[in-house]
Amino acid sequence: MATIDYKNKILTAFDESFDSKKGVRPVYAAYADWLAGKDFSQLAQKSRDAELLFRRVGITFAVYGEEEGAERLIPFDVVPRILAANEWKRLSDGACQRVRALNMFLNDLYHGQDIIKAGVVPESILTNEMYRPEMQGVDVSGGVYAHIAGIDIVRTEADTFYVLEDNLRTPSGVSYMLEDRRMMMRLFPELFRNYPIAPVEHYPQLLLENLRAVAPRGANNPTVVLMTPGAYNSAYFEHAFLAQQMGIELVEGRDMFVKDNAVFMRTTEGPKQVDVIYRRIDDDFIDPLAFRQDSMLGVPGLISVYRNGGVALANAIGTGVADDKSTYIYVPEMIRFYLGEEPILSNVPTYKLSVADDRKYVLEHLAELVVKEVQGSGGYGMLVGPTSSKSQIEDFRLRILANPDNYIAQPTLALSTCPTLVEQGVAPRHVDLRPYVLTGKTTTVVPGALCRVAMNEGSLVVNSSQGGGTKDTWVLQC
Amino acid sequence: MLSRTADHLYWMARYIERAENMARMLDVTYRMSLVQNAAQSEAALWVPLLHISDTVEDFQATYDEVTARNVIYYIAMDERNLSSIYNCLRAARENAHAVRVAMSSEMWENINSLWLEFQQMDKLLILDSGLSEFCDWVKSRSHLFRGVTYGTMLRDDGFRFTRLGGFIERADDMARLLDVKYHLLLPSASDVGGAVDYYEWSALLRSASAYEAYLKVYRDAVMPLRVAELLVLRHDMPRSLHACMDELTNILDQLSGDAGRECKRQAGEMHSSLHYGRIEDIFRGGLHEFLESFLRHNNRLGIEIQRTYLNAPSLNEAGLDESVSTLEQYQS
Repeated sequence: MATIDYKNKILTAFDESFDSKKGVRPVYAAYADWLAGKDFSQLAQKSRDAELLFRRVGITFAVYGEEEGAERLIPFDVVPRILAANEWKRLSDGACQRVRALNMFLNDLYHGQDIIKAGVVPESILTNEMYRPEMQGVDVSGGVYAHIAGIDIVRTEADTFYVLEDNLRTPSGVSYMLEDRRMMMRLFPELFRNYPIAPVEHYPQLLLENLRAVAPRGANNPTVVLMTPGAYNSAYFEHAFLAQQMGIELVEGRDMFVKDNAVFMRTTEGPKQVDVIYRRIDDDFIDPLAFRQDSMLGVPGLISVYRNGGVALANAIGTGVADDKSTYIYVPEMIRFYLGEEPILSNVPTYKLSVADDRKYVLEHLAELVVKEVQGSGGYGMLVGPTSSKSQIEDFRLRILANPDNYIAQPTLALSTCPTLVEQGVAPRHVDLRPYVLTGKTTTVVPGALCRVAMNEGSLVVNSSQGGGTKDTWVLQC
Repeated sequence: MLSRTADHLYWMARYIERAENMARMLDVTYRMSLVQNAAQSEAALWVPLLHISDTVEDFQATYDEVTARNVIYYIAMDERNLSSIYNCLRAARENAHAVRVAMSSEMWENINSLWLEFQQMDKLLILDSGLSEFCDWVKSRSHLFRGVTYGTMLRDDGFRFTRLGGFIERADDMARLLDVKYHLLLPSASDVGGAVDYYEWSALLRSASAYEAYLKVYRDAVMPLRVAELLVLRHDMPRSLHACMDELTNILDQLSGDAGRECKRQAGEMHSSLHYGRIEDIFRGGLHEFLESFLRHNNRLGIEIQRTYLNAPSLNEAGLDESVSTLEQYQS
């Protein structure tokens, strides 16, 4: 029999489903009852079914550093993460609040820079590599910069949530939110009859509406496309999936060209003008004339058209300056500055290695802290002190000393755990949560998220590139 | 639609069709080898397969000897042979992967699972005893993919380019098959009607799924002239050249836009020579000459389609030009 039974386990962190004093939490009660009627082998079989289905559908991602074109599945866990309606309200309000402030910040930074004049954010931000001087004074359509934002949130206590980072460039993973849900409905239809689970399936339509909303003026019935670096990109499946779900063309750089201050795609019927590009390619590669000259993936001249308002890009060029880990520390102040509100979600306390006092403290406490590269992503280039060996720590110390400005450090958070199917049964594994916040005319979020889970016992690194898996996230409607 | 998308769909279909036809030829040769007369050497039986796919020289560079085992492996599995069934299926799946958005999810799942199944096959078993089973598998997966395409794909230009690729390839494969077989079986046109091996002709028919159709249409012994008529001129024979050109002219007419004038003209010209052609006239001028000219025109049409609709530079395009000339070299 499968149960959420941690009685013999010492919980090292807040568990989403279980309280060591009161037992199963109310939000998981019905699920635990259902689970009690299942054999472990039945669940394991469902898990294998899911893997087969995912492989057949080709929901794979390429892993950098492995043989070119190698395709792997992200492990999928059949036990959902369940959030109560009030928990979700707080999370979604907090994430939307953050994205509103970040969009205002970007607009301000690339125009009047009031926030620097007010002394809230230091002028040194203009020397950040992710700041794009090309964007200074450029009016982007609707004043929106981060049309799609992935906000990474972790929980440490019943009422304590932290934002770990904001992803404002080309956040990925939303296809797993959608495909995991589809899979759960296929594997366990009976659960969906009995649980009031908020739907997420309308995400692609909402995204398309938002993209159409930022089309340049004068484009009636705008043509929206999704631009991918190509079939060997790690997130290619997602690019294809989203384009298909929105019914728009999936284009590569070589499918487009610039003429007469407009962007066109090559079609079988001749050139067709493009109004909005949902680009899943980094700033650096998007236009060899503006950024990296060796980029084979971009469209020469695209940025010039963009700056003149001939085409809209989502996300905008230059959003990286706002999701940089050295900018992260100012986000609560941005919320107060632009919105006049108190932040609903907190930041993780963060030490800047460029500051002498912080550096001294961090170097003395490396074994307790998490150290990250300022511009790192995907779980690469980070040190998790408590789970690292002495030599790994010493190795990292040298890297920090060589370039302290490149690092920040945070206390190691005891990320909440969530019941997860592992070889021995159902056991607690650490999770995080990434809701996708969309901004067009307004800022909204569908009631769901990508939930990443560190499949290895005790591991705190949930990134898919580091062997993390995903779970369906249920937001209960009542 | 996006030119690159059309290009991938077109080549996806071509490669699937090519894999199917390679399997057909492999299977029929294998079956013939089971009933072959003692006078015929193993090499004489298997070499034509290499001629059909223009791989004689490459084969000789790789293998010392023409044996059944070598040729079967080379055509079915060899990664070094660009036209091997292995490479055709891989290329079909890669083209599909690049544009999975442009097809129904059933189509993608179908072609993806085809590739996964293929990778799991026991390659040695195929060589030893399972060749017919393997060829049946390739054929039936191709049928299945065609079926899921017909059954689920939106009737837009994507559907039309997919079919276009299939029929261009089928016309090419069928003309090559006929040409090589005829050439070997009938060294000169004057032999038509002479004594021929019943098995050889019926095998040729079977490789085009045309044996039963032949019996139904002619209700008579298998005769070379009629075999050619059935496979070249009969519009109701789905793998005949005429049937392929019927489809191609129709599809080209349905494509959106005004760019295709030259494609339509070329296809129309080819179509009328088959539509109004008589088998006696074709034999008088020489079937080989006829087929050679057909292959050249079909190839030119393929290039014109590529240029008109799929113009973004395509890796698949490489080698398109030279294929006909090697066949000519062999036969002149």
